[in-house]
Amino acid sequence: MTDPIITFDKVVKRYGDNIILDELDFDVLPGEKVAIIGPSGSGKSTVLRILMTLETIDDGLVTVSGQPLWHQRRADGTLDAASPAHLRTMRKQMGMVFQQFNLFPHMTVLRNVIEAPIHVRGQSRPEATALAMTYLELVGLSDHAEKFPHQLSGGQQQRVAIARALAMQPRIMLFDEPTSALDPELVGEVLNVIRRLAHEHALTMLLVTHEMAFARDFADRVCFFDQGRIIEQGAPEDLFGAPQESRTREFLGRVNV
Amino acid sequence: MLFDIAWDIDHGAWAFALSILPILLRGLLVTLEATLVGFFIAAVLGLGLAALKASSNAIIAWPARIIGEFLRDTPLLIQLFFLYYVLPDYGLVLPAFLTGALALGLQYSIYLSEVYRAGIESVPRGQIEAARALDLSTAHIFRNIVLAQAFPRIIPALGNYLVSIMKDVPVLSVVAVLELLNVARIIGDRTFNYLIPLSLVGALYLCMTLLASAALRRLGKSLPQQGWPLR
Repeated sequence: MTDPIITFDKVVKRYGDNIILDELDFDVLPGEKVAIIGPSGSGKSTVLRILMTLETIDDGLVTVSGQPLWHQRRADGTLDAASPAHLRTMRKQMGMVFQQFNLFPHMTVLRNVIEAPIHVRGQSRPEATALAMTYLELVGLSDHAEKFPHQLSGGQQQRVAIARALAMQPRIMLFDEPTSALDPELVGEVLNVIRRLAHEHALTMLLVTHEMAFARDFADRVCFFDQGRIIEQGAPEDLFGAPQESRTREFLGRVNV
Repeated sequence: MLFDIAWDIDHGAWAFALSILPILLRGLLVTLEATLVGFFIAAVLGLGLAALKASSNAIIAWPARIIGEFLRDTPLLIQLFFLYYVLPDYGLVLPAFLTGALALGLQYSIYLSEVYRAGIESVPRGQIEAARALDLSTAHIFRNIVLAQAFPRIIPALGNYLVSIMKDVPVLSVVAVLELLNVARIIGDRTFNYLIPLSLVGALYLCMTLLASAALRRLGKSLPQQGWPLR
């Protein structure tokens, strides 16, 4: 039995009086591909944002690779709030792809991809460029390295964003509704890249999505979130084929798989 | 005679105008110097104020906001008198020119801080999150992501305030800075001809502002709206 690479232990997240995550328990195994589905406001994106250290937690414990993410263990075993240095080290294990791509519009495609490898990982420019080109090749955009983001379609921009995240060589990739902002005819090219990554790489992948057909095809496990908790989870054929919970059935009925 | 240059009042209006032009240009030079020094002070203080006001720490942000409101809501002339007549009581004696430039800089720092704030906020939050997710440092993000995009967008607004400062420089004449208007008034006092010196001041100001506006329009068109391109 391998140890999980990610654990959420009774994690609570609030915005004022709104409870976003309600004592969430959630584990992910190394290399596992997990799809997270659920109605908007169910806390599914928050899970990714907490892992990416973009949101703090109010209670509970998150660990990544066995180490507390938002805490540091003191010599006597008790936990302190994480220092910025600790967060920076932990963050290196994760890469994130956002709904709105969030490319840097004043940088070329290549510069978008090499910026962090050069300034964070300390790679030389030729070294970072060579590596960036292999990732741009992977997402099918090596011909567009010298273009600026506004010269690309939404689907191409999102593929650059995937290459940019991969260039930091994370162990865990987080995809936050990566196709929600795309025109329908551009969704396919982005999903194809994610599918190829899932099949060819040992990466641990978490995907928040509304594309039920893709979730079914991509995931080892699907988690249905509602009101800050996992209501039901299981293999895609079980969860989509024979949902046990009434809320899951109701949700799947609404999005008509 | 002013600045060792004599005027010719006896050979008609044109000869008079021509003879005082070099004197007025000396005054214009002082006006431009005061404008640039005042703008520089405002640009630096404004960036500081913008950074303080943007702080999530209320103990830092609130004093900056109060100082900002105070500067914005009191007249330039009062601030200038305060610096010129009150500070010496506390042992701080500055030359009139510096006092004037400082007053202009203080007054305009609050406007420029708003320009900086708008520029910084024009960079979508998502880009900053993406940069943080890539583990880029805060200083690197501020310089290469935020300022690189905000700066070209705010240059036209900064230019407009530069022109505004130039138009406020005549206020400095009350503390005897020999800027353009003050020079014209002195010539008027001595020759009893105010029409020609004051008309020339107006014409010179018009030339300066028209030139500046044209330059700003050209600059605005050539600035990269996406930010300084980085390859």
